[in-house]
Amino acid sequence: MIIWPYLLTGVLVTYLWRGLGVLLSGRINADSPAMRWFTAVAYAMLAGLIARLIILPAGPLAHVALWERSAAAIAALAVYLLTRRNIVFGVAAGTMTLILCLQF
Amino acid sequence: MACPQNSRLNDQIMQSEDIEDFGSPGGARRHGALAALGMPALVLGASYLGFGALIRENHLGLDAGLVSTTAGWALPGQIVLVEAFAAGASLLSATLAVLLTNARLLPMVASLMPVLRAGEHGKPRLRHYLIAHLIAITGFAIAMQRAPGIAPRQRLPFYEGFAVTLWLSTIIATALGFVLAGWVPRPVTLGFVFLNPLYFMLVFVADLRHRLRAWALIIGAALGPCLHLVSADWGLLATGLIAGTAAYLIDARQRGRHQGWRR
Repeated sequence: MIIWPYLLTGVLVTYLWRGLGVLLSGRINADSPAMRWFTAVAYAMLAGLIARLIILPAGPLAHVALWERSAAAIAALAVYLLTRRNIVFGVAAGTMTLILCLQF
Repeated sequence: MACPQNSRLNDQIMQSEDIEDFGSPGGARRHGALAALGMPALVLGASYLGFGALIRENHLGLDAGLVSTTAGWALPGQIVLVEAFAAGASLLSATLAVLLTNARLLPMVASLMPVLRAGEHGKPRLRHYLIAHLIAITGFAIAMQRAPGIAPRQRLPFYEGFAVTLWLSTIIATALGFVLAGWVPRPVTLGFVFLNPLYFMLVFVADLRHRLRAWALIIGAALGPCLHLVSADWGLLATGLIAGTAAYLIDARQRGRHQGWRR
Protein backbone atom coordinates (compact mmCIF):
# COMPACT_ATOMS: atom_id res chain seq x y z
CA MET A 1 0.00 0.00 0.00
CA ILE A 2 1.27 3.49 -0.74
CA ILE A 3 0.30 6.51 1.31
CA TRP A 4 0.03 9.13 -1.45
CA PRO A 5 -3.66 8.63 -2.37
CA TYR A 6 -4.45 8.80 1.38
CA LEU A 7 -2.52 12.04 1.73
CA LEU A 8 -4.21 13.56 -1.32
CA THR A 9 -7.78 12.85 -0.19
CA GLY A 10 -6.87 13.76 3.40
CA VAL A 11 -5.56 17.16 2.32
CA LEU A 12 -8.60 17.78 0.11
CA VAL A 13 -11.22 17.00 2.76
CA THR A 14 -9.27 19.06 5.32
CA TYR A 15 -9.31 22.15 3.10
CA LEU A 16 -12.93 21.49 2.18
CA TRP A 17 -14.01 22.42 5.74
CA ARG A 18 -11.80 25.49 5.82
CA GLY A 19 -13.02 26.72 2.43
CA LEU A 20 -16.66 26.18 3.44
CA GLY A 21 -15.94 28.06 6.66
CA VAL A 22 -14.76 31.12 4.70
CA LEU A 23 -17.75 30.88 2.36
CA LEU A 24 -20.19 30.74 5.29
CA SER A 25 -18.44 33.51 7.21
CA GLY A 26 -19.22 35.88 4.34
CA ARG A 27 -22.93 35.16 4.67
CA ILE A 28 -23.51 35.29 8.41
CA ASN A 29 -23.47 38.44 10.51
CA ALA A 30 -20.58 38.42 13.01
CA ASP A 31 -22.78 39.27 16.00
CA SER A 32 -25.72 37.05 15.10
CA PRO A 33 -27.04 34.13 17.17
CA ALA A 34 -26.06 31.82 14.27
CA MET A 35 -22.43 32.86 14.67
CA ARG A 36 -22.59 32.25 18.43
CA TRP A 37 -23.91 28.76 17.70
CA PHE A 38 -21.01 28.13 15.29
CA THR A 39 -18.57 29.27 17.96
CA ALA A 40 -20.16 26.96 20.53
CA VAL A 41 -20.00 23.99 18.13
CA ALA A 42 -16.33 24.76 17.36
CA TYR A 43 -15.34 24.84 21.03
CA ALA A 44 -17.40 21.74 21.82
CA MET A 45 -15.71 19.75 19.05
CA LEU A 46 -12.28 20.96 20.13
CA ALA A 47 -12.92 19.95 23.76
CA GLY A 48 -14.40 16.61 22.69
CA LEU A 49 -11.39 15.89 20.51
CA ILE A 50 -8.84 16.85 23.17
CA ALA A 51 -10.61 14.79 25.86
CA ARG A 52 -10.69 11.83 23.47
CA LEU A 53 -6.97 12.18 22.64
CA ILE A 54 -6.16 12.05 26.37
CA ILE A 55 -8.66 9.42 27.56
CA LEU A 56 -9.00 7.17 24.49
CA PRO A 57 -5.92 7.70 22.28
CA ALA A 58 -5.25 5.59 19.19
CA GLY A 59 -1.84 4.59 17.88
CA PRO A 60 1.26 4.19 20.08
CA LEU A 61 -0.30 5.99 23.07
CA ALA A 62 -3.07 3.37 23.30
CA HIS A 63 -0.47 1.08 24.92
CA VAL A 64 0.23 3.63 27.67
CA ALA A 65 -1.93 2.95 30.76
CA LEU A 66 -4.88 5.27 31.46
CA TRP A 67 -3.50 6.12 34.93
CA GLU A 68 -0.19 7.21 33.39
CA ARG A 69 -1.94 9.49 30.90
CA SER A 70 -4.20 10.84 33.66
CA ALA A 71 -1.21 11.50 35.94
CA ALA A 72 0.46 13.44 33.12
CA ALA A 73 -2.70 15.50 32.42
CA ILE A 74 -3.21 16.31 36.12
CA ALA A 75 0.47 17.27 36.53
CA ALA A 76 0.22 19.57 33.49
CA LEU A 77 -2.92 21.25 34.83
CA ALA A 78 -1.56 21.59 38.39
CA VAL A 79 1.77 23.12 37.34
CA TYR A 80 0.00 25.42 34.86
CA LEU A 81 -2.27 26.78 37.61
CA LEU A 82 0.55 26.96 40.21
CA THR A 83 2.87 28.92 37.87
CA ARG A 84 0.27 31.63 37.17
CA ARG A 85 -0.90 29.96 33.98
CA ASN A 86 2.46 29.35 32.34
CA ILE A 87 1.71 26.97 29.45
CA VAL A 88 5.35 25.98 28.81
CA PHE A 89 5.87 24.89 32.44
CA GLY A 90 2.54 23.05 32.45
CA VAL A 91 3.23 21.16 29.23
CA ALA A 92 6.81 20.38 30.30
CA ALA A 93 5.61 18.99 33.65
CA GLY A 94 2.97 16.80 31.99
CA THR A 95 5.37 15.46 29.37
CA MET A 96 8.08 14.76 31.98
CA THR A 97 5.53 12.94 34.15
CA LEU A 98 4.58 10.65 31.27
CA ILE A 99 8.21 9.96 30.36
CA LEU A 100 9.08 9.16 34.01
CA CYS A 101 6.02 6.89 34.36
CA LEU A 102 7.11 4.96 31.27
CA GLN A 103 10.77 4.84 32.29
CA PHE A 104 10.29 3.27 35.74
CA MET B 1 -23.12 35.95 40.55
CA ALA B 2 -22.95 39.75 40.50
CA CYS B 3 -19.21 39.91 41.17
CA PRO B 4 -17.83 37.84 38.30
CA GLN B 5 -20.26 39.55 35.94
CA ASN B 6 -18.94 42.92 37.06
CA SER B 7 -15.30 41.98 36.67
CA ARG B 8 -16.03 40.63 33.20
CA LEU B 9 -17.65 43.89 32.26
CA ASN B 10 -14.58 45.72 33.55
CA ASP B 11 -12.34 43.46 31.46
CA GLN B 12 -14.26 44.49 28.37
CA ILE B 13 -14.00 48.17 29.15
CA MET B 14 -10.25 47.78 29.81
CA GLN B 15 -9.90 46.01 26.48
CA SER B 16 -11.64 48.69 24.48
CA GLU B 17 -9.36 51.35 26.01
CA ASP B 18 -6.20 49.34 25.40
CA ILE B 19 -6.45 48.64 21.66
CA GLU B 20 -3.10 47.52 20.28
CA ASP B 21 -1.98 49.48 17.23
CA PHE B 22 1.12 48.35 15.32
CA GLY B 23 1.20 51.37 13.00
CA SER B 24 0.98 49.57 9.63
CA PRO B 25 0.00 46.18 8.17
CA GLY B 26 3.71 45.34 7.92
CA GLY B 27 4.19 46.21 11.57
CA ALA B 28 1.24 44.02 12.50
CA ARG B 29 2.67 41.15 10.46
CA ARG B 30 6.04 41.47 12.25
CA HIS B 31 4.37 41.54 15.66
CA GLY B 32 2.34 38.48 14.69
CA ALA B 33 5.50 36.63 13.63
CA LEU B 34 7.20 37.55 16.91
CA ALA B 35 4.15 36.42 18.89
CA ALA B 36 4.37 33.02 17.19
CA LEU B 37 8.10 32.61 17.77
CA GLY B 38 7.69 32.35 21.54
CA MET B 39 5.61 29.76 23.32
CA PRO B 40 3.38 28.74 20.36
CA ALA B 41 6.26 27.73 18.05
CA LEU B 42 8.06 26.03 20.92
CA VAL B 43 5.13 23.92 22.08
CA LEU B 44 3.50 23.25 18.70
CA GLY B 45 7.00 22.57 17.32
CA ALA B 46 7.49 19.95 20.04
CA SER B 47 4.12 18.43 19.10
CA TYR B 48 5.25 18.19 15.48
CA LEU B 49 8.49 16.55 16.64
CA GLY B 50 6.12 13.88 17.91
CA PHE B 51 4.39 13.74 14.52
CA GLY B 52 7.74 13.38 12.71
CA ALA B 53 8.58 10.53 15.07
CA LEU B 54 5.19 8.92 14.43
CA ILE B 55 5.86 9.01 10.67
CA ARG B 56 9.16 7.21 11.20
CA GLU B 57 7.64 4.65 13.60
CA ASN B 58 5.11 3.72 10.94
CA HIS B 59 7.88 3.21 8.35
CA LEU B 60 6.75 6.11 6.18
CA GLY B 61 9.09 8.48 4.39
CA LEU B 62 10.05 11.99 5.44
CA ASP B 63 8.48 13.29 2.20
CA ALA B 64 5.07 11.98 3.30
CA GLY B 65 5.44 13.69 6.68
CA LEU B 66 6.42 17.00 5.08
CA VAL B 67 3.52 16.92 2.58
CA SER B 68 1.11 16.10 5.40
CA THR B 69 2.31 19.01 7.57
CA THR B 70 2.62 21.54 4.73
CA ALA B 71 -0.65 20.80 2.92
CA GLY B 72 -2.77 19.31 5.72
CA TRP B 73 -1.72 21.36 8.75
CA ALA B 74 -4.27 20.09 11.24
CA LEU B 75 -2.41 17.77 13.58
CA PRO B 76 -5.25 15.56 14.91
CA GLY B 77 -6.37 14.78 11.34
CA GLN B 78 -2.76 14.15 10.27
CA ILE B 79 -2.32 11.65 13.11
CA VAL B 80 -5.65 9.96 12.36
CA LEU B 81 -4.62 9.55 8.70
CA VAL B 82 -1.24 7.98 9.54
CA GLU B 83 -2.83 5.64 12.09
CA ALA B 84 -5.63 4.59 9.75
CA PHE B 85 -3.11 3.92 6.98
CA ALA B 86 -0.83 1.97 9.33
CA ALA B 87 -3.79 -0.09 10.54
CA GLY B 88 -4.55 -1.06 6.93
CA ALA B 89 -7.78 0.95 6.58
CA SER B 90 -9.27 1.37 3.09
CA LEU B 91 -8.86 4.71 1.31
CA LEU B 92 -12.57 5.43 1.79
CA SER B 93 -12.69 4.76 5.54
CA ALA B 94 -9.40 6.63 6.16
CA THR B 95 -10.74 9.64 4.25
CA LEU B 96 -14.01 9.52 6.19
CA ALA B 97 -12.05 9.41 9.48
CA VAL B 98 -10.05 12.52 8.49
CA LEU B 99 -13.17 14.26 7.19
CA LEU B 100 -15.00 13.76 10.49
CA THR B 101 -11.98 14.54 12.68
CA ASN B 102 -11.50 17.85 10.88
CA ALA B 103 -15.15 18.92 10.71
CA ARG B 104 -14.37 21.33 13.58
CA LEU B 105 -12.43 23.47 11.07
CA LEU B 106 -15.68 24.72 9.49
CA PRO B 107 -17.16 26.33 12.64
CA MET B 108 -13.64 27.44 13.67
CA VAL B 109 -12.99 29.27 10.40
CA ALA B 110 -16.57 30.58 10.22
CA SER B 111 -16.34 32.14 13.69
CA LEU B 112 -12.72 33.39 13.53
CA MET B 113 -12.91 34.95 10.04
CA PRO B 114 -15.37 37.75 10.99
CA VAL B 115 -13.11 38.61 13.96
CA LEU B 116 -10.08 38.89 11.64
CA ARG B 117 -12.06 40.79 9.00
CA ALA B 118 -13.64 43.27 11.41
CA GLY B 119 -12.02 46.19 9.55
CA GLU B 120 -13.45 45.40 6.11
CA HIS B 121 -16.62 44.56 4.23
CA GLY B 122 -17.62 42.57 1.19
CA LYS B 123 -17.30 38.99 0.07
CA PRO B 124 -14.31 36.87 1.08
CA ARG B 125 -11.44 37.14 -1.39
CA LEU B 126 -8.48 34.91 -2.36
CA ARG B 127 -6.49 36.29 0.58
CA HIS B 128 -9.11 34.97 2.99
CA TYR B 129 -9.27 31.57 1.33
CA LEU B 130 -5.46 31.33 1.57
CA ILE B 131 -5.22 32.29 5.23
CA ALA B 132 -8.01 29.80 6.04
CA HIS B 133 -5.50 27.02 5.28
CA LEU B 134 -3.51 28.29 8.26
CA ILE B 135 -6.41 28.33 10.75
CA ALA B 136 -5.89 25.48 13.19
CA ILE B 137 -6.28 24.97 16.94
CA THR B 138 -3.33 27.05 18.21
CA GLY B 139 -3.91 30.07 15.98
CA PHE B 140 -7.66 29.91 16.49
CA ALA B 141 -7.42 29.83 20.29
CA ILE B 142 -4.84 32.63 20.46
CA ALA B 143 -6.57 34.84 17.86
CA MET B 144 -9.98 34.45 19.53
CA GLN B 145 -8.35 35.58 22.80
CA ARG B 146 -6.11 38.33 21.43
CA ALA B 147 -7.55 39.72 18.17
CA PRO B 148 -10.47 41.64 19.76
CA GLY B 149 -7.79 43.78 21.46
CA ILE B 150 -6.03 44.63 18.17
CA ALA B 151 -7.01 47.50 15.84
CA PRO B 152 -9.55 45.99 13.37
CA ARG B 153 -7.54 46.62 10.16
CA GLN B 154 -4.41 45.04 11.63
CA ARG B 155 -5.95 41.78 12.80
CA LEU B 156 -5.63 39.93 9.50
CA PRO B 157 -1.98 40.96 8.87
CA PHE B 158 -1.18 40.10 12.51
CA TYR B 159 -2.68 36.66 12.03
CA GLU B 160 -0.86 36.18 8.71
CA GLY B 161 2.50 36.89 10.35
CA PHE B 162 1.60 34.65 13.26
CA ALA B 163 0.29 31.70 11.27
CA VAL B 164 2.94 31.64 8.53
CA THR B 165 5.69 31.66 11.16
CA LEU B 166 4.00 28.87 13.09
CA TRP B 167 3.45 26.87 9.90
CA LEU B 168 7.13 27.11 8.89
CA SER B 169 8.22 26.08 12.41
CA THR B 170 6.04 22.97 12.29
CA ILE B 171 7.44 21.95 8.89
CA ILE B 172 10.98 22.17 10.29
CA ALA B 173 9.90 20.35 13.46
CA THR B 174 8.37 17.50 11.43
CA ALA B 175 11.72 16.90 9.71
CA LEU B 176 13.60 17.19 13.00
CA GLY B 177 11.26 14.74 14.75
CA PHE B 178 11.72 12.26 11.91
CA VAL B 179 15.51 12.46 12.18
CA LEU B 180 15.54 12.32 15.99
CA ALA B 181 13.13 9.37 16.26
CA GLY B 182 15.91 6.98 15.27
CA TRP B 183 17.99 7.55 18.38
CA VAL B 184 15.70 9.02 21.06
CA PRO B 185 14.41 6.48 23.67
CA ARG B 186 10.83 5.35 23.09
CA PRO B 187 9.35 6.86 26.30
CA VAL B 188 10.62 10.28 25.15
CA THR B 189 9.01 9.83 21.71
CA LEU B 190 5.72 8.90 23.38
CA GLY B 191 6.06 11.92 25.67
CA PHE B 192 6.33 14.18 22.63
CA VAL B 193 3.30 12.57 20.98
CA PHE B 194 1.29 13.15 24.20
CA LEU B 195 2.55 16.72 24.55
CA ASN B 196 0.09 17.89 21.90
CA PRO B 197 -3.22 17.06 23.65
CA LEU B 198 -1.74 18.42 26.91
CA TYR B 199 -0.90 21.70 25.19
CA PHE B 200 -4.34 22.04 23.59
CA MET B 201 -5.96 21.25 26.95
CA LEU B 202 -4.10 24.10 28.68
CA VAL B 203 -4.75 26.54 25.82
CA PHE B 204 -8.48 26.08 26.33
CA VAL B 205 -8.40 26.29 30.14
CA ALA B 206 -7.79 30.01 29.54
CA ASP B 207 -11.14 30.20 27.71
CA LEU B 208 -13.13 28.99 30.73
CA ARG B 209 -13.62 32.63 31.75
CA HIS B 210 -15.89 33.10 28.73
CA ARG B 211 -19.42 31.82 29.53
CA LEU B 212 -20.43 30.44 26.11
CA ARG B 213 -17.01 28.90 25.44
CA ALA B 214 -16.83 27.46 28.98
CA TRP B 215 -20.15 25.61 28.62
CA ALA B 216 -19.17 24.33 25.17
CA LEU B 217 -15.76 23.17 26.42
CA ILE B 218 -17.09 21.46 29.57
CA ILE B 219 -20.01 19.66 27.92
CA GLY B 220 -17.88 18.80 24.87
CA ALA B 221 -15.06 17.35 27.01
CA ALA B 222 -17.55 15.20 28.95
CA LEU B 223 -19.42 14.01 25.85
CA GLY B 224 -16.45 13.51 23.47
CA PRO B 225 -14.98 10.29 24.90
CA CYS B 226 -18.45 8.79 25.59
CA LEU B 227 -19.70 9.33 22.04
CA HIS B 228 -16.36 8.11 20.66
CA LEU B 229 -17.13 4.76 22.32
CA VAL B 230 -20.55 4.74 20.65
CA SER B 231 -19.09 5.51 17.20
CA ALA B 232 -15.40 6.16 16.53
CA ASP B 233 -16.30 7.81 13.19
CA TRP B 234 -19.33 9.94 14.00
CA GLY B 235 -18.79 10.53 17.72
CA LEU B 236 -16.89 13.79 17.32
CA LEU B 237 -19.38 15.37 14.94
CA ALA B 238 -22.25 14.37 17.24
CA THR B 239 -20.33 15.81 20.22
CA GLY B 240 -19.96 19.14 18.46
CA LEU B 241 -23.61 19.38 17.45
CA ILE B 242 -25.10 18.19 20.78
CA ALA B 243 -22.68 19.89 23.19
CA GLY B 244 -22.44 23.04 21.06
CA THR B 245 -26.22 23.40 20.81
CA ALA B 246 -26.62 22.72 24.56
CA ALA B 247 -23.99 25.37 25.37
CA TYR B 248 -25.64 27.82 22.99
CA LEU B 249 -29.05 27.31 24.63
CA ILE B 250 -27.68 27.64 28.18
CA ASP B 251 -25.84 30.81 27.18
CA ALA B 252 -28.93 32.26 25.46
CA ARG B 253 -30.99 31.59 28.61
CA GLN B 254 -28.44 33.24 30.90
CA ARG B 255 -28.06 36.08 28.41
CA GLY B 256 -31.81 36.67 28.65
CA ARG B 257 -31.56 36.89 32.45
CA HIS B 258 -28.71 39.37 32.48
CA GLN B 259 -29.67 41.53 29.56
CA GLY B 260 -27.16 44.19 28.77
CA TRP B 261 -24.23 42.48 30.49
CA ARG B 262 -22.72 40.61 27.59
CA ARG B 263 -22.16 41.30 23.93
